[in-house]
Amino acid sequence: MRNLKAIYFKEMKSYFNSPMAYIFLVIFTVINGYFFTRTFFLFNQSDMRSLFNIVPLVYLFFIPAVTMSLIAREKNLGTMEVMSTLPLKDIDFVAGKFLAALSLVLTGLGITLVHFFTLTQVGTNIDYGAVFTGYLGLALAGAVYSSVGTFASSLTDNQVVAFIIGIFIVLIFFLMDKMLMFVPVSLTGIVQYLSVDYHLSNISRGVIDSRNLIYFGSVVGFFLFMTVRVLETRKWS
Amino acid sequence: MIRVDNLSKSYGEVKAVKSINFELTDGEIVGFLGANGAGKSTTLKVMTGFLSLTRGNVYVNDLNILDHTHAIQKQVGYLPELNPLYGEMRVYDLLEFTGSIRNVTGKAFKTALARVVEQCGLKGVIHKSVSECSKGYKQRIGLACAMIHDPKILILDEPVTGLDPNQIVEIRNLIKDLGTEKLVLMSSHILQEIQATVNRIIIIHKGEIVADGTNEELMSGFMGNTKLTLEVKNAEDKSIKGLTEKIPSLSLLDAEVKNGSQLLQLEYPKDQDPREALFKYAVDSNWVVTEMSPHSVNLESIFRTLTTEDSAIA
Repeated sequence: MRNLKAIYFKEMKSYFNSPMAYIFLVIFTVINGYFFTRTFFLFNQSDMRSLFNIVPLVYLFFIPAVTMSLIAREKNLGTMEVMSTLPLKDIDFVAGKFLAALSLVLTGLGITLVHFFTLTQVGTNIDYGAVFTGYLGLALAGAVYSSVGTFASSLTDNQVVAFIIGIFIVLIFFLMDKMLMFVPVSLTGIVQYLSVDYHLSNISRGVIDSRNLIYFGSVVGFFLFMTVRVLETRKWS
Repeated sequence: MIRVDNLSKSYGEVKAVKSINFELTDGEIVGFLGANGAGKSTTLKVMTGFLSLTRGNVYVNDLNILDHTHAIQKQVGYLPELNPLYGEMRVYDLLEFTGSIRNVTGKAFKTALARVVEQCGLKGVIHKSVSECSKGYKQRIGLACAMIHDPKILILDEPVTGLDPNQIVEIRNLIKDLGTEKLVLMSSHILQEIQATVNRIIIIHKGEIVADGTNEELMSGFMGNTKLTLEVKNAEDKSIKGLTEKIPSLSLLDAEVKNGSQLLQLEYPKDQDPREALFKYAVDSNWVVTEMSPHSVNLESIFRTLTTEDSAIA
């Protein structure tokens, strides 16, 4: 746990000591704010659905950008050798980095709460439960995409390649339930269950179902486990 | 104490290290010599747990690397080749981060920080970012990171590569100081550096150890005969021929006239130094000796011979 914390704070410092975090937060806030406010006053409804629809799309590009450097840069710099020769478990290393990326994503998500305060000021009959579960769903989807990005970053020492692989895998998870018409009927249930959007929309409706939580938890666990396995292969090169 | 036992490491079909054995004891500074691609870095990477081994084992104070990787890593400080560092971090932050992974925190970190700043001369750069530091300072920062937990064993891969002569001397003095209380294993292909710093040399060639001993042991064990250049004036052919009869241990390899002097190339067994008799013979023959220089074997010639031929001594 001590090592996980050390890695986490190092990564957070690395994000906030460079323009990276600030650029991410500003653009993330501006894009989400623009798309939310564009339709919020037109529809005249006291909900945040327009925000909850746009954030997963913004995630598609932003989270792979946040995570691309996590491990690829260590490999490229050669610091992976230093890390590997410290008494540090791979899981602490991977989890620390994942949590740092997720924290940055959640900070961005937290800034969008300003729209919630707007809603409380101008709206009536607000469904607070739906807002809460909507945010919970976005946080969980952010965790899934961050774990995918961490995994993509472990596959290469080139950050651009890590970014592209990250977007590719994230896109697969995002598009799965939109491609069901092309999938054989016998497989639609499985493909739908694997889709992030399917579970996200379930949670956003205001229902916290343990199946959805288990899904998010197990996908995050799977990608972090795969990242650890990829790191272990360096020893056997 | 480190014991490398029958260690082999292959990259696919390529055998980088082939069943090597050696033992290092505390307080030794050991130089690990080899040409590029000889297997030096691979051996060090296996010893520090970065790479897995194919066969054999490495023991550090009776712990083996296969079962106790982290326990060994706790006892070892390692400076990798090219000294990779996080350029964007401040030196203090980097040391603090390394310290926290090494479980050197709080008061213990402050004490350790004061020690490594003193030993590595980092006082002027401690609050600078690593990327702002010169190459020499970066090397010291890498060393400071390797020493923050005060390890008994230091493994340094090419610690002086790319440094200027002044920086090389600084790092050499630091390593020598450290060697008084720690076991230091350093690899290099800069022979003069190894010769000036270490008290034992291990030479590796094509994944095999071809020499292991002190500088003097390698010199004496390596060459049978010493060559001698003798430049004399007033030497007649007759007296030159009589030289080898008078001193049988000497053999004449070559004789030529150069700028009015006779230049003789001679050879004698290393344990029968004939220079005193040679000088007396020259005086008796009315020679004027202008030069008499034996060519002692140096590490470079040993290294070149061992790493270009398949000969080996141990």
